[in-house]
Amino acid sequence: MTAVRTRKAQKRREALLGYALVAPALLVFGIFVFYPFAKNFKLAFYRDPLFGRGGAKYVGWDQINDVLTSGDFKHSLWTTVLFALMTVPAGIFLGMALAVAAHQRLRGIGIYRTIFASTVASSVAVASVIFGTLFNPNIGWLPWMGFNPKPPLLQNPDWALPSVALVSIWQSIGLSFIVMSAGLQAIPDEVMEAAQLDGARPWRRFWRVTVPLLSPTIFFAIVVGSIFAFQAFAQVDLLTKGGPLDRTNVLTYNIFTTLRERQDEGQAAVLSIALFGVTLLLTLFQMRILERRVHYAS
Amino acid sequence: MGRVVFDHVTKRFGDVTAVDDLSLEVADREFLVLVGPSGCGKTTALRMLAGLEDPTSGDISIGERVVTEVAAIDRDIAMVFQSYALYPHMSVRRNIEFPLRSRKVPADERRRLVAEAAAALGLEALLDRKPAQLSGGQRQRVALARAIVRRPQVFLMDEPLSNLDAKLRVQTRAELVELQNRLETTVVYVTHDQVEAMTMADRIAVMDQGILQQVGEPQEVYARPANLFVARFIGNPPMNTVAGSVYWTNGTLGVQLPGGRVELGSAAGEAVRQRGRDDLVVGVRPEHAVLDPEGAVEAVVAVTEVLGHEQHVICRLADGSLFTVRQPNDASPPGTGVEVRIRIDPARVHAFDPQSGLRLDASTAAAPGDGADEAEPPPPADSEAAT
Repeated sequence: MTAVRTRKAQKRREALLGYALVAPALLVFGIFVFYPFAKNFKLAFYRDPLFGRGGAKYVGWDQINDVLTSGDFKHSLWTTVLFALMTVPAGIFLGMALAVAAHQRLRGIGIYRTIFASTVASSVAVASVIFGTLFNPNIGWLPWMGFNPKPPLLQNPDWALPSVALVSIWQSIGLSFIVMSAGLQAIPDEVMEAAQLDGARPWRRFWRVTVPLLSPTIFFAIVVGSIFAFQAFAQVDLLTKGGPLDRTNVLTYNIFTTLRERQDEGQAAVLSIALFGVTLLLTLFQMRILERRVHYAS
Repeated sequence: MGRVVFDHVTKRFGDVTAVDDLSLEVADREFLVLVGPSGCGKTTALRMLAGLEDPTSGDISIGERVVTEVAAIDRDIAMVFQSYALYPHMSVRRNIEFPLRSRKVPADERRRLVAEAAAALGLEALLDRKPAQLSGGQRQRVALARAIVRRPQVFLMDEPLSNLDAKLRVQTRAELVELQNRLETTVVYVTHDQVEAMTMADRIAVMDQGILQQVGEPQEVYARPANLFVARFIGNPPMNTVAGSVYWTNGTLGVQLPGGRVELGSAAGEAVRQRGRDDLVVGVRPEHAVLDPEGAVEAVVAVTEVLGHEQHVICRLADGSLFTVRQPNDASPPGTGVEVRIRIDPARVHAFDPQSGLRLDASTAAAPGDGADEAEPPPPADSEAAT
């Protein structure tokens, strides 16, 4: 009996110690993540007054309904989806192409690996400033090369979003390259050699052996890349400020302007919950649909 | 025609010479086993034949064609890897089909060939499984089926049995030989296991440190090892090799070993006589020595291994070196520490030069006075004897 009791007491002591050790982390998460997250849901149910002072009023689902059915939200969501479609596949494809090119035993290949991976070390802000300068109609490199459309790229409604996407693709290549390289390293050399001896030409080897064996990596890159694309903000803020004609007004930037310029906490809260929901649904969808085609090695 | 020729092939990786001036001819439909310890260059030789490595110098031919500059894809060979290298995302059927699809074989032809290969290896019931759902032995057979399905001129096998358990290995060994007989193709087979080499090969080629040591039929290599390396490598338990010195008594030539004297047979004796030097290494296979109270060599039993079908009595000679005697299982095993005497059959004694390690016997002593500083493979006439 006593043995059982002391063991119980010991378990309780261990549990207490466990909670005590987790507490600091929990506190930080609570203040900066859980509380704002919950508060956001509350804000969504309160409408800010149109003009001037006075507290926000509880309006139930009205505000949520208004925002989600508004043309402004639909346009933002569509812009975000377009942006993701422009950036994710291109980033993965280029990263994979470079990884395949660099996956050789050649003297000095390490230099190329470093160059290919280097964009991961530059921040989105730096990339944006570099490309903003390259695109600049007066001092930019592209106009200097003779490519100087009017209006300039970043003020051109048709070209603004692709231009911002280009910066993002460039930025994402480094990470994509590293992830794809790691995936390639995991494919046994002997399997590729067997494919060679089985008479498969490079193109066939790539599509029939490399890509299927890389599919878990590609799947990972798609999920993570999509989440990054849906959360892209700095490039829009630095290059176009959502313009021209709202053509680059992605969801994150919309949330930002709603809060900072229109000072509408309620609507910003609804938009950010919507962004969360859309990202969550997209990821779940990818996991359900895409993952079926993924081959995980045993 | 599946004839394979290595013509003075050398491969260097930086400062390391993996294969050193390899000249070797494999006849059409021959089962040739390249055997040697790890790092001896056998796998590099095979990979050069496959086209997966480029020789630093020399030429390789398959059939009538010099393939040194031909890409692996176009060499018309198939290889079975140690790891099997199956395509894990494809079913067994797709794996076997892959070489055919790569070569754009029409669908009905493909179906027939896959069915044939699957039947030959008893894989019919497994065609829709993925490699992960197979046992090691089954995977190995899929790898074989993938190799035989398009009937290449030459099969290359890189330690294909070493991932199987001991029992399955013995069984598969026989099956492989049978398969080769049925398919009538050339096989170049790499292994570190001398038992595999002895049991499967038409001829074996022993390599060490990148150098071809000896080529010949298994029985020939076993009976007349060209040098000390081959003598010690081929045979299980290995040949006893003991340093001794030459002596003469009333006309017969003998060798003084630690603990006793041994006479030399005529062939070895003749070579030793022509060489005219005293130092010598004597080689005796464990089955050519018996424990006999009348024996000439004194020894103490260190340990006796009873294997069921035979016994290995490991003795210690006067200088502390070990000497194994193989005896039938109905003999009574001597206890540890017992003093025994060993009788050695003079006709079965091998003699080697201690400096070069080369075999001393009448036929290899044709060029007497040849410096003791070279450890070269035997002359090509010897290696091309069997075809």
